[in-house]
Amino acid sequence: MHFFETHRLTKAFGGLIAVNNVTFHVEEGEIYGLIGPNGSGKTTVFNLITAYYPITSGTIRFRGKEMNGLPTWKVCKEGIGRTFQIVKPLARMTVLENVMTSAFCRTSNTAEAREKALEVLQFCEMEKKIDFPAKGLTIGDRKRMEIARALATSPKLLLLDETMAGLTPQEQADGVQLIRKMRNAGITIIIVEHIMHVIMNLCDRILCINYGQEIARGTPAEVANNQNVIEAYLGKE
Amino acid sequence: MKSLYAKIAVLALLAVFPLFVGSDYYRHLVIIALMWVVIGASWNLLAGYTGQVSFGHAIFFGVGAYTAGLCTTQLGISAWWGMLLGGPAAMLVGILIGFICFRLRGAYFALATIAIAEILRLIAIVWRDFTEGMQGILIIQTFRSKVPYYYLALGIAVICMLLIYKIIKSKWGFYFIAIREDQDAAEALGISTFRYKSLSLMVSSFFTGLAGAFYMNYMGFIDPEVVFSLHFISIMAILVSIIGGAGTMWGPSVGAFIMVMLQELFRSSFFGYAPSWVSHAHAMAFGVLVILVIRFMANGVVGDWSKITNLWSKGKPAALVTNGN
Ligand SMILES: Nc1ncnc2c1ncn2[C@@H]1O[C@H](COP(=O)(O)OP(=O)(O)OP(=O)(O)O)[C@@H](O)[C@H]1O
Ligand SMILES: [Mg+2]
Repeated sequence: MHFFETHRLTKAFGGLIAVNNVTFHVEEGEIYGLIGPNGSGKTTVFNLITAYYPITSGTIRFRGKEMNGLPTWKVCKEGIGRTFQIVKPLARMTVLENVMTSAFCRTSNTAEAREKALEVLQFCEMEKKIDFPAKGLTIGDRKRMEIARALATSPKLLLLDETMAGLTPQEQADGVQLIRKMRNAGITIIIVEHIMHVIMNLCDRILCINYGQEIARGTPAEVANNQNVIEAYLGKE
Repeated sequence: MKSLYAKIAVLALLAVFPLFVGSDYYRHLVIIALMWVVIGASWNLLAGYTGQVSFGHAIFFGVGAYTAGLCTTQLGISAWWGMLLGGPAAMLVGILIGFICFRLRGAYFALATIAIAEILRLIAIVWRDFTEGMQGILIIQTFRSKVPYYYLALGIAVICMLLIYKIIKSKWGFYFIAIREDQDAAEALGISTFRYKSLSLMVSSFFTGLAGAFYMNYMGFIDPEVVFSLHFISIMAILVSIIGGAGTMWGPSVGAFIMVMLQELFRSSFFGYAPSWVSHAHAMAFGVLVILVIRFMANGVVGDWSKITNLWSKGKPAALVTNGN
């Protein structure tokens, strides 16, 4: 039994098959990369795992439990957290309130939720910004708050969807640090990212998809040298 | 702290008001305003905090009022039982509406509330054997004095505000606001948006129903055109909240007093100082008021209080004063 696995995962939007027979597994403690050109179906895979869309066919198993049919909020309760490629801050709340809201996932006590939120914000090095209104944050801070919010639900598996896109090189470097720190804290991570040096640096294994289908898998070095991957990203000669 | 003292002062003032003001007319106005504090706060919890806008709060007010009235006409028991049964009856209707509408997002709920309020109004008109139809329900009031009703209304308002305050400061409050801000994000944080929208509606419909039951007992008379009215109840509930400040804790309370005062000014043609046609213009005046508030104080009197005080102290036009929130 794998920590997390999908089996022949498929999603059709009408005639468009956005995810096509994708099978992969992730072991506990891994950082797993999911890459592919624009529109290849990466975000859709995340949306299937977290039940934003119903699955057309295939199965998802997490820690031995079949996840098909669970509503989104229960997927979170089961221990799968996520961030959104297009960030979704709770705009008219402060940073602390945003993170407290998600900390209520594991407690109904306000003081405990607050404590957990402060702890997570400290972990994410956002403690100076706890009272900022979320709508006023820079894109870098919004992305970081998304991560903090996902962390406060105490996930065992975390899905990160392009959390580095649009960040400055310094912010990217800090982001890489943060992801390593999360892994060291015992969280398994699936990461979708276009920035190659980030992916190559962080991931233990990588799955590359194009048009919803697997085109390569393996270690970062193997995937980087795979002819299919090079063609998918750069086009055929 | 300062604002806590202010609230205690206002409460103390309200508590001694009937001891100093003997006029039934003014006592009546404050009783009605206190009733609107409850309805406004209820609407605000659902729409202002949870983001689920209702255009039909008359549903719950009417069901509460009719529950009390029917206790007397159908069961032959005191309409005061309505104070016990009116809230739960309205809540039951709320649960049903939520069950049907809250699995979907968008305008379904708002549209359904308008439709259901209309349906209930028509049922109350047509089903004469049960509801007395257009004739309405008339009961004999228990007290001739306004004072018992006054303190009952004050008690209900205080309990309602304390409870809603507690809710807003708790996990529920965080969840309600999260749902208002972004339902997709809320689900990702482990929030069953369906369950928490329903809970918000349950609290909201309960207190609105309780206010309806109180109205029956206090006025001694209800008919479908009043208690299920889009204009007098559903829209008024929205105005009370928006004028005072939707999504603020105390906005609807302030809005209730402003709106009841305005309504009375128009109803009485400014106590007879204005020509009598003014009394027919109040719907239009409310419309103008809403436009002004949305243009200059989108967050209501309470939400944009700093704009108002700035206007006073510096004489700057309100629209140019940016406020921090
Ligand atoms: N809700 C939807 N309805 C219809 N088609 C959709 C929907 N969501 C995604 N798609 C389509 O599915 C395909 C995969 O989209 P997806 O967002 O998963 O790609 P992606 O790999 O995340 O791309 P990017 O790198 O640009 O974020 C695209 O062709 C997209 O247009
Ligand atoms: Mg994407």
